[in-house]
Amino acid sequence: MSKSSISEPTRQFKWIAAILVAFYSLVTIMPLLWIVATGFKSSADSIAYPPKITFQPSLEGYVNLFTTQTRQTKEFMAANPPQNWYEEIVHSKGMVIAGPSRFGERFLNSTIIGFGSTFLSVFLGTMAAYAFSRFRVPLKDDLLFFILSTRMMPPIAVAIPIFLMFRAVGLSDTHAGMILLYTAVNLSLSVWLLKGFIDEIPREYEEAALIDGYTRFQAFYKVVLPQAATGIASTAIFCLIFAWNEYAFAVLLTSGTAQTAPPFIPTIIGVAGQDWPAMAAGATIFLLPVMVFTILLRRHLLRGITFGAVRK
Amino acid sequence: MANGIIERAAKSTPAPFARKIKGLSDRAIAWIFITPTIIILLAVNIFPLIWTIWLSFTNYKANRPNADVKWIGLRNYERILTDSDIWLTMQATAHFLIWTLVLQVLIGFALAWLINQKFKGNDLWTTIIVLPMMLSPAVVGNFWTFLYQPQIGLFNYVFAFLTQSDPTSFSMIGDVALAPWSIVIVDTWMWTPFVMLICLAGLRSIPDYIYEAAECDRASKWRQFWTITVPMVLPFLMLAVLFRGIENFKMFDLVVQLTGGGPGSTTELTSINLKREAFEKWRTGYSSAYAIILFVTVFGLASIYVKALNKVKER
Repeated sequence: MSKSSISEPTRQFKWIAAILVAFYSLVTIMPLLWIVATGFKSSADSIAYPPKITFQPSLEGYVNLFTTQTRQTKEFMAANPPQNWYEEIVHSKGMVIAGPSRFGERFLNSTIIGFGSTFLSVFLGTMAAYAFSRFRVPLKDDLLFFILSTRMMPPIAVAIPIFLMFRAVGLSDTHAGMILLYTAVNLSLSVWLLKGFIDEIPREYEEAALIDGYTRFQAFYKVVLPQAATGIASTAIFCLIFAWNEYAFAVLLTSGTAQTAPPFIPTIIGVAGQDWPAMAAGATIFLLPVMVFTILLRRHLLRGITFGAVRK
Repeated sequence: MANGIIERAAKSTPAPFARKIKGLSDRAIAWIFITPTIIILLAVNIFPLIWTIWLSFTNYKANRPNADVKWIGLRNYERILTDSDIWLTMQATAHFLIWTLVLQVLIGFALAWLINQKFKGNDLWTTIIVLPMMLSPAVVGNFWTFLYQPQIGLFNYVFAFLTQSDPTSFSMIGDVALAPWSIVIVDTWMWTPFVMLICLAGLRSIPDYIYEAAECDRASKWRQFWTITVPMVLPFLMLAVLFRGIENFKMFDLVVQLTGGGPGSTTELTSINLKREAFEKWRTGYSSAYAIILFVTVFGLASIYVKALNKVKER
């Protein structure tokens, strides 16, 4: 027994716990690894039975994801030999590349809308959170609850009037409209999270700055903001992940120019029969940034997903 | 130059007084900082909500913007509450809600309890376990359709291998009996880590000395678990259930991509049903009433639940 505590679990028990947790982790990560692997399979390997664990890696899925292809006559194929590695992959199936697919565009839309709405909601959220944290605001608790309650509506229910509103003012299927919408949805998260982070910064710092002759505003951006930097950064990542993942509003309010990746990825499968490798490649590219962010965020994860209700 | 003089003048005056001269008052700053947030939320949340309430009393159809809009009173509400199809979707939602909550609470709590045994390397495993939760539900639903394929899908293959059955003999998302479970499984896979993380925070908040005291009193491990661990984690667990409950009541993206509400309408949860009424049949007035009913339900259930949660916390 360890000397620190008599309630410390025994060594055998720790081993059993470790094995069970490791087993669960491996089971839970399997579907993700499978999708990443499927992205590197050829179409034949992706539908093989029994499912193939080892296979000849191929970039076919990724090439299909980024290009549109057409079938051509043998003569045309012979007259136009492939110029580079990706044309070669397409050629070996008896196809030629007709042009780029829309995936790049959709990915770019996701990035623009994601970063735009994140910037706005964190910017406005920081200011509101600071005011709620430091000043006596009338009806403070009611306002904070109001801000949170905006998250309780099912997105589809809000989408009906927003659809009509956007149609009336010409915001449907625009980047600006989606940025505004995601900003509004993320504001509740950013205000609540940032209020928690700012509450933790001792007031004495600002008071010292005020006595030194700073104005309130200077104290806010020269003293409080640098102190809240980690909190602001992790709030921003949470907002970004939300905007990046959002599907319901995107599928209802965008169709062409401003469509983001989540409504687009499911349509990849339908293009040429069941092109699983291309779908898996699209999912991999789309999910990878979020996985990286999750690993970076792991210390603040709990706080972010509970709107700051639980802090470690 | 002028700035320098102001600076010097400001430094020589007493601080609170200087603040008043140099900058805005605290009150003004508070309002300047809060107003934009409130305006955006009013414009994008509250105004639409009021609009929805108004629409719910009319026969408006969004695909015929020029048609006459008639005030029809409570007719939409009457129709919804007496419609047997809506009760079917409510049942599908209840099945989904109850089973995902039960499974996620049991597995999530068990995992958190195991991870809290403080073995080496548990940070690494925790990070891996948490990954599915942060992914896009629509994309997750989409790739699970691949894993659920009768012959080539990983899920069917592994399940058939473990039970020595034929992997082509069942189709999780094509079978009327299995489809409701297929969405429960994916949601549980995705969101168990959420419950786990919250439980873990609860377990870590229990100070060691309580167990040490119990140990001195010769309480058995079993008794310690039921009289210390469970009651102290309960408020955290209930919070997790609240979050998951609200989220799964609103569930749309994951299920619409996975099963699309089918086969038949076995997995047609309320949000999917609502989307069909609002954006496929374009019964805008009717679906506005539907949306209001859903909102009132979530809000009502959540406030009752929060009251219960506060009682547990007080104990």
